[in-house]
Amino acid sequence: MRDPVKSNLTIRVCMGTGGIAAGGVEVMAVFADRLAGRGIRADIRKHCSIHKVGCRGLCAKDVLVDVILNGDKTTYQFIKPDMVERIIEEHVVGGNPVLEWAVGEDYHQFHDKQVKVVLSDCGNINPEEIDSYISVGGYNALERVIKKMTPAETIALIKKSGLRGRGGAGFPTGVKWEICRSVEASRKYIICNADEGDPGAFMDRSVIEGNPHAVIEGMTVGASAIGADKGYVYIRAEYPLAVERLKNALKQARERSFLGKNILGSGFSFDIRIKLGAGAFVCGEETALIASIEGLRGMPRAKPPFPVHKGLWGQPTVINNVETLANIPYIIRNGAEWYASYGTEKSKGTKVFALTGKIRNSGLIEVPMGIPLREIIYDIGGGIENNRKIKAVQTGGPSGGCIPAELLDITVDFESLARVGSIVGSGGMVVLDETDCMVNIAKFFLQFTQSESCGKCVPCRIGTKRLLEILERVTEGKGRLGDIELLESLANDIKATSLCGLGQTAPNPVLSTIKYFRDEFEAHITKKKCPAGVCRDLLSFVVLKDFCKGCGACKRVCPAGAVTGERKQVHVIDPEVCVKCGACYDACKFKAIGKG
Amino acid sequence: MIHLTINGLPVSVPEGTTILDAARSADIPIPTLCHHPKLTPYGGCRLCIVEVKGINRPVTSCTTPVAADMEVATTTPAIEGMRKTILELILSDHPNDCMVCEKAGDCALQELAYFYGVRENRFDGERRCYAGKDRNPFIDRDMEKCILCGKCVRVCEEVQGVGAIDIAYRGFNAKICPPFEKDLSCEFCGQCVSVCPTGALTGKAWTQRGRQKDIKEVDTICPYCGCGCGITLHVRRNEIVRVSSREETINEGWLCPKGRFGYTFVNSPERLHVPLIKEKGVFREAGWDEAMSLIVSKLGKIKKKYGPDAIGGLASARCTNEENYLFQKFMRAVIGTNNIDHCARL
Amino acid sequence: MEKILEKIYQAFIDNEGNIISLLQDIQDEFGYIPEPSVYWFSKRLDVPASRFFGITTFYAQFHLAPRGKNIITTCCGTACHVKGSERLITGLARELDLAEGEHTTDDREFTIEKVNCVGACSIAPVVIINNKIFGKMSSDSLTKEVKNLREGPREK
Ligand SMILES: Cc1cc2nc3c(=O)[nH]c(=O)nc-3n(C[C@H](O)[C@H](O)[C@H](O)COP(=O)(O)O)c2cc1C
Ligand code: SF4
Ligand code: SF4
Ligand code: SF4
Ligand code: SF4
Ligand code: SF4
Ligand code: FES
Ligand code: FES
Repeated sequence: MRDPVKSNLTIRVCMGTGGIAAGGVEVMAVFADRLAGRGIRADIRKHCSIHKVGCRGLCAKDVLVDVILNGDKTTYQFIKPDMVERIIEEHVVGGNPVLEWAVGEDYHQFHDKQVKVVLSDCGNINPEEIDSYISVGGYNALERVIKKMTPAETIALIKKSGLRGRGGAGFPTGVKWEICRSVEASRKYIICNADEGDPGAFMDRSVIEGNPHAVIEGMTVGASAIGADKGYVYIRAEYPLAVERLKNALKQARERSFLGKNILGSGFSFDIRIKLGAGAFVCGEETALIASIEGLRGMPRAKPPFPVHKGLWGQPTVINNVETLANIPYIIRNGAEWYASYGTEKSKGTKVFALTGKIRNSGLIEVPMGIPLREIIYDIGGGIENNRKIKAVQTGGPSGGCIPAELLDITVDFESLARVGSIVGSGGMVVLDETDCMVNIAKFFLQFTQSESCGKCVPCRIGTKRLLEILERVTEGKGRLGDIELLESLANDIKATSLCGLGQTAPNPVLSTIKYFRDEFEAHITKKKCPAGVCRDLLSFVVLKDFCKGCGACKRVCPAGAVTGERKQVHVIDPEVCVKCGACYDACKFKAIGKG
Repeated sequence: MIHLTINGLPVSVPEGTTILDAARSADIPIPTLCHHPKLTPYGGCRLCIVEVKGINRPVTSCTTPVAADMEVATTTPAIEGMRKTILELILSDHPNDCMVCEKAGDCALQELAYFYGVRENRFDGERRCYAGKDRNPFIDRDMEKCILCGKCVRVCEEVQGVGAIDIAYRGFNAKICPPFEKDLSCEFCGQCVSVCPTGALTGKAWTQRGRQKDIKEVDTICPYCGCGCGITLHVRRNEIVRVSSREETINEGWLCPKGRFGYTFVNSPERLHVPLIKEKGVFREAGWDEAMSLIVSKLGKIKKKYGPDAIGGLASARCTNEENYLFQKFMRAVIGTNNIDHCARL
Repeated sequence: MEKILEKIYQAFIDNEGNIISLLQDIQDEFGYIPEPSVYWFSKRLDVPASRFFGITTFYAQFHLAPRGKNIITTCCGTACHVKGSERLITGLARELDLAEGEHTTDDREFTIEKVNCVGACSIAPVVIINNKIFGKMSSDSLTKEVKNLREGPREK
């Protein structure tokens, strides 16, 4: 048997939400166990699978395992504990990768068009070890900023890079810092917004799970630039792993004097506390977030005064998104010009998106601003699942809009998305295919925003409720003539008169779906039909005589007892009894259930 | 001073003034429901929206400070249209009970609905329905009529310093309530009742005692204590049916539970209408002259027999300062004793 | 209870907590927010109980009543929605015999909840059963998991 150079063996196992769900913990345990059993030393690192998805892998192919032997990396997909033995035997010991389990062409294609800044280290470094971050240049930027640069120089550099906030509004980060710096106050704060409320986005969580030190470093740089001595990370309680890694990272950073009193002997002091959100989307809004950190109901207040003037406890406060802050160390390390070389004239740099929905390679991606949407969908995303036709791409979550398939050639940046009635927003990107009903999608987002409205102002509190009720009746076949116009008129009034960003953007999904898919709304209202076959009340299920083999599968699954028929005879569905659950449709192997 | 124009009219106000206050100082009306001059601005009802040149969305005048050379328009067709939508929305979640509502004729919402002509409502749908009644002794809390303006919460916190109620739940289900939705148990100062723009908060004692139009308002001083709060009696058929207080009083319109809710004694059948003189352990009705003469002669006799210091006077906190002054003057100058005291000192 | 509340109070003072973190600690201890704990802290901190109630009912995280032994959380984020999470929920409610608006079974064995995206959209639809994440869920496998929980004693 050949003796491999075991000291040069690294095995990386996905250990994020996706990886753990697919059995990452078990896989890693088996690796550790078997390798120890053979006396092979290996450095088994934990990896956040989500980040790995963005950088090198796809959650959908979890558990992903990297085996790096003498510098040659092989990535395996769909690894189960019982497969570990063979990998060790043939690859680690024998030196021959198990090619049939290795990732394929689509895996590599997924990465080719991406540009990694924020995600560049995610998935490569161990998020629980500060040295791992330092070894790739971590905390260099902080040292440089507090020892060699004036706050004005730091701010000028960030301004020059063209970095705009990644939390939704796209406000220039350097400008925000500059305003806050210029306000006279005894105390200032910097807050990292890690509330990530968009129900279909997980970029911020992934960044914190995969590279928490970059966020801490970015925040500390920001603090020194604006003159804050205290910072908060407001993070969702639903992100336990991210919270744990962040806590650990804060502790390590304090031990190395990157945080705390007299940082690196520079005389500058700054520390960060974690505040857990308690489940309210509106707390992503700046003034609500501040109220929540103060321990109150997360209800927004009117601006002005803006937080940079009067924020937390009435003091000037900068609020930045996780991704915004995680960009900072890389910009300082590599220069403003380098960062600004990516992107378009007005939207610089890269943006992380959570690409999900009916897409083959769903996962976390980072692309330069200005990339054509088509490239994201087909080159990176690998096209639509099950070879269906793409219908639309929803971006910006509940504040955003739908981009119809005809507009796939637009570029993805702040300006061009806004032009077609959507937004970059937080970075959720959900691909919809022909089986998705656009009225239903609009209703879905309205359900979300309506239930998350804080209730302070009338247009949002009652208006979104009424919008939702109209959409509900449309999907139930009770739509009235004029409902589309009523939706549009109410939606515009809510947008114009709501107090905060939640209400001001909540109608966007409705307006943009009406704009591009008006015919679908009309079909629901006038023909009482759901063209995509989604809206339950507009469907009827029938057995198609010519296809039915009499297997009885539909009869067995029907919860309502609506199906009758003898074995090997054509079955019948009683429409009076049918509750339209669709179970028979899914159960029939012969496609003998008709829906429409 | 900041100079701006509102509806083309030049207006000058001190820095920090809101657009709403600036407009009102120039006698330009702007509708409001959640604004109260003595409470922190809220910005919840959105009725006070105005257009400001250069800002691409309407701004709420109650929360936005004026700026130099601002050009404000308060009643463009777009703004009025949005206000009407907002009113429609509020009324789509409202009992529309004006027919029997205690507040009709004195209700800010009814008034606005009238001026904006909200006859037909484009919106229908679920309405908040609450079954339970608050069994507290003083305040009728009909939360279905509540428009969530938040004034009651703010007044209770900011003026009364009690915090007996808060907004609970959120969104469409938001509701003003005491902790755990129990019955209200607080100081019952009624400050919340006085600021409520709708019939959501009314005095239990007022119920079905008379509509605003039948009521005569009589300004007077509260008889309960020496603070001398200015109160307004609402009188119908010579009976007090409600008490309120005006903002321009020395108590700025705020009262205590006695002043606000303790007026029923005035019309109590058990009240004395004539003096009574006790003879052989039994009271008999007498005239004022007779009673006064009796007091004068008895006090005179005591003073003569035992000296003035045998007599003491105890004044009442329910008298006005003037009355108390007169009383001590009487004791000192007429009776000739310093034996004078007051219940507030005990 | 008194002792536990005292302990929470100490942690609150030591960590410069606020009412939200206080309620989070109370819920960690009791599984929900018991009414007496609110009055206890209201008195202790001189903060009106109405504030506590307002905050508790504002945030989705807090519960005013005890929950079931098993918590089944279905993700209702966008990705999971388009992959059929709604169907999972109706099926689950039917399986557990829960009427609309009900979340906990009468025997307090199960509580069903919704969450907005747990950040595992790639394996949508996602269901979390007692803190363990299950991806690519189907009604069938969900029913199976529920059966397992019902019959076998709970693991861990
Ligand atoms: C309803 C609502 C929800 C929001 N949620 C988030 C969020 O989850 N994360 C975030 O970073 N920003 C969120 N924002 C945007 C923030 O208010 C704020 O603009 C942002 O954190 C600023 O950071 P940036 O300049 O780095 O983008 C939200 C805004 C609104 C109106
Ligand atoms: S827009 Fe909605 S979330 Fe924002 S303040 Fe108004 S009610 Fe609250
Ligand atoms: S749709 Fe559902 S209820 Fe109707 S027949 Fe099929 S299985 Fe039965
Ligand atoms: S509160 Fe006002 S609008 Fe409502 S029913 Fe009473 S009088 Fe009518
Ligand atoms: S009566 Fe006074 S103390 Fe009671 S809730 Fe109203 S304002 Fe508060
Ligand atoms: S009870 Fe009256 S004052 Fe209080 S929020 Fe409701 S309408 Fe406003
Ligand atoms: S009065 Fe300005 S928002 Fe209500
Ligand atoms: S939408 Fe369910 S995990 Fe993101």
